Amino acid sequence: MGLRTRTLTWSGLLAVVLFSVVTASAGIGPVTIAPVDVLKVLLNQVAVPSSITLSSTAAVSVGSVSVPLPQLGYTALFAYQVPETVSTIVWTVRMPRILLGALVGFALAVAGSVMQGFFRNPMADPSIIGVSTGAAVGAVAAIVLPIPVGLRVAAFITGLVAAFGVYLIATENGRTPVATLLLAGVAVQTFLGAIISFMLTMGGQSLEQAVYWLMGHLHNATWDEVGFAALFVPVLFVVLAWYSRDLNVLLLGEEDAATLGIEVERTKRVLLGVSSLITAAAVAVSGVIGFVGLIVPHMMRLVVGPDHRILLPTSALAGATFLVLTDTVARTWAGEIPVGIVTAALGAPFFLFLLRRREVHAL
Amino acid sequence: MTFLEEIIDGVNGTSAGPVEARDRDGPIVEVSDVSVSLGSVQALEDVSVDVQRGEFMGVIGPNGAGKTTLLRTISGVIDPTSGSVLVNGQDVTALPSRESSRLVAVVPQETNLAFDFDVREIVEMGRTPYQKRVRLQGETDSEIVDQALERTQIADLADRDIGEVSGGERQRVLLARALAQDTPVLLLDEPTASLDINHQIRTLELVKSLVEAGKTVMAPIHDLNLAAHYCDRLLLLSEGRRTALGPPSSVLTEAHLESAFGTDAVVTNNPVTGSVYVMALPEGARECTGPRIHVIGGGGSGARLLYLLAASGYDVTTGALNEGDADIETARMLGVDRITVEPYAPIDEAAAERVKNRVAEAAVTVVADLAIGNGNLPNLEAATHADELVLIEDRPFEERNYAGVRGRELYEQLRAAGTVVESRNVLDAVETATADEESAGR
Repeated sequence: MGLRTRTLTWSGLLAVVLFSVVTASAGIGPVTIAPVDVLKVLLNQVAVPSSITLSSTAAVSVGSVSVPLPQLGYTALFAYQVPETVSTIVWTVRMPRILLGALVGFALAVAGSVMQGFFRNPMADPSIIGVSTGAAVGAVAAIVLPIPVGLRVAAFITGLVAAFGVYLIATENGRTPVATLLLAGVAVQTFLGAIISFMLTMGGQSLEQAVYWLMGHLHNATWDEVGFAALFVPVLFVVLAWYSRDLNVLLLGEEDAATLGIEVERTKRVLLGVSSLITAAAVAVSGVIGFVGLIVPHMMRLVVGPDHRILLPTSALAGATFLVLTDTVARTWAGEIPVGIVTAALGAPFFLFLLRRREVHAL
Repeated sequence: MTFLEEIIDGVNGTSAGPVEARDRDGPIVEVSDVSVSLGSVQALEDVSVDVQRGEFMGVIGPNGAGKTTLLRTISGVIDPTSGSVLVNGQDVTALPSRESSRLVAVVPQETNLAFDFDVREIVEMGRTPYQKRVRLQGETDSEIVDQALERTQIADLADRDIGEVSGGERQRVLLARALAQDTPVLLLDEPTASLDINHQIRTLELVKSLVEAGKTVMAPIHDLNLAAHYCDRLLLLSEGRRTALGPPSSVLTEAHLESAFGTDAVVTNNPVTGSVYVMALPEGARECTGPRIHVIGGGGSGARLLYLLAASGYDVTTGALNEGDADIETARMLGVDRITVEPYAPIDEAAAERVKNRVAEAAVTVVADLAIGNGNLPNLEAATHADELVLIEDRPFEERNYAGVRGRELYEQLRAAGTVVESRNVLDAVETATADEESAGR
C-alpha cells in the first residue's frame, strides 16, 4: 500500500473515531443525552451561505464616508425538533469544551511529534524549549498580579518570548546545536519555575485559581476560546505537515540532511517557531496539559511507523481524540478535576506499559 | 530573511533535473587554497587539489590529518575560512543545499539510523533534492531508487527495517541513498572502516565499477594497500596540509609515510597484484636498542622469527642466506642486517667467517626450524660458537636433514648446548637466554 493511501486510510479512520468520540462525549454528563439527539443538535447548526446583503450596521469608516460591508446570510439546512434544554446543553455548554479539547489535543500531539523528530529524542515533548513554562509565567502573573492584561494573551505572549529566548541563548554564529537547545530549555524552564513559585507565594486569594490553571484544564471553555485556538491550530498544522519530509531527513542527522538538500538551520528555525506557536496557542487556552504531546506520538509511531508524512496527521487526530476522552473522564468522574491530572494519571502508566511491551527506546 | 519569508521560500522548492557531469570541461572538483578552522583548531591549511571527471581519488593520512574535514568542505557542510571549493564550476559554499545536493552526494561513515524506516525509505530520501514538497514521489524517483537498490545488491533487503541489517549492508544502503541522489560526484567517508576484509573488497569493487560508469569518487581510505590498488590518484594529508598528490607509486614512498604517519614503513611491489605494497613496521623496529640476536634461517623458516624479534625491539641480524630467499625479502623489509651469498650458491669461507663473527657478537643465536643441506651447513658450524643458543623445532630434525651424518652430528652438538623450543615459545626462550647471557657477562 502506498504512503498516500495509507495516510488517507488512517486519517479517515481516525477522523471517524474522533467524530464518534465527540458525539458520545457530548451526550455524557449530569444529563445524559442520546447520541441521536446530539447529532440532531449538531446538524441543526449546519448552515450554508445563501445571501449577501450590504449592511449599514457593519461598516468601515473611511474619513467621513461610511463604506458598508457585504454580509452573508446563512440558511440552516436541517431543522430537527430538539428540546431547547438539550440544544443548550449540547451546543452552549458541552461543545465548546469538547471542541477546545480536540483542538488542544490536536495541537499538542503535532507539536510533540515534531519536537521528538527534531531533537531525535524520545523524551522530547512540546514544552521542551520552554513554551509551556513561559506561558505559565504569563498566566500566573495575570491571575496574581494586578496587571490589566488578559490571561490568554499574557500566556500566549510569554510562552513565545520564553521559546524565543531559549533559541537565542542556544544560537551562535547562525547555528543552533540541538543539544545546546535542549539544555538551554531545561535551564530556562527551571528559572521560570522559580518565578512561578515566587508569584504563587504571593498569590493570596487567587492561589487556587493559579494552581488550577497550572494543572491544565478545559472547564468553563467558551466559543471565544475555541475561536482563538481554531484561528491558529489548523494553519500551523498545515505548515508543519508541509515540512514533514524535511523532518524525516533530519532524523538521519543534521549533517546527512545538509547533504540531502535540506537547509538545516532554516528548517530548524521554521519547525521550532511553528511548533512553539501551536503549543503556545494550546497552552494559552488550556493551561499546561502534560503527556498528550509525549505519548500520543509514540503510540502512533508504533502503529504507522516513523514517517512524518503519515505520523503528523494521525498523531494530530489521535491527540484530539485522546484529550476529548480524558476530559470527558475529568468532568464526569468525581465531579470536576483538571484534565491535566487525568492525562498524566492515565498516560504515564500506559506509557510505561508501552515501554515494557513494545520497546519505545528510539524514534 | 524573515520568518514568514523562510516558510514561503521553503514551499517554493524548485525542481530541476540531475546535473550533467560533462556540461563543462576541466576538473569537476577544484579545491583552491582551502583553510578550515574548527573552533581553535586549524583543520586544513592551504589545501589545493583538483579531481578530474571519472577519477577515483583516495585520501590518506593519519587520524586528525583533515581527511573528513576536506570531505565536509567539498560537500558544503562546513565553510572554509579562506580559499574556494568549486564543483562543476560552481561555488558549493554559496549554493543552496538543494543545488549542491544534486552535485555532490556523501556516504557518511556513521549515521543515526536508530529508528524504524525500512531500507527503501532510507534510499528514497536520496531523492529529496529533486522532490517538490506537496507531491509525493513520482515514477522517475521510484525507478531511480530501484536502480540504486539493484546496483548495490540490496534489492532483496528493501522492505527490511534499517535496524535489522548488518553493518556491511547498512553501508550499502547509504551508498544506494547516495546513488539515488544522481550526482556526478560521490564522496565516501572511510568506506572500508569497520568492515571485514570481504566487505571491504566488495565495497571497493562496487565503487570501482561506479567510477568506470562515469562517477567521480573521492574517499578517505584507511588501508594504504587497498587505496594503492583501487585509486587512480592519492592525496596524502598530514596535519591539515597536503603532503603529496599523485599516482599511488609516487605518493606511497617510505619518506612520505615516515613524515606523515611518523612510523616506519616499507614499500615494495605487491607480488600478486603488482601495485604498490606498504607494510608498516612496529614502533621502533629499526631502532634496535635491545640485545643483539642472530637468526639462522632460510627458505621462509626465519621470516616470522625475524618479524617477531624485530618487533620486540631486539637488534636482529641474520644470515647467511641466498639472494632471493624468502627470508631475505623479510629481512630487507624489516631493515634487518643480513649476510648474503649468490643465489643457489653454497656458503663460501668468507661468508662463513662473517657469520661466525655475527654469532660471536650476538647475545643469543636462534636457529630456525630450517632445512639443512651441504650448502648451508657452515651456518650450523658457526652456530656452535654461540654464547647462548635457542633451537626451534616444530618438525623433527631428521625430516629436514639433507646433509647426512655430518648434519646430524652438528645438530646434536647444538642441541646439547642450547635450549630447544617450539616456535610459539621462542620469545620467552630468547628473553631467558639474553638474561642468562647478561648474568654470565657480569
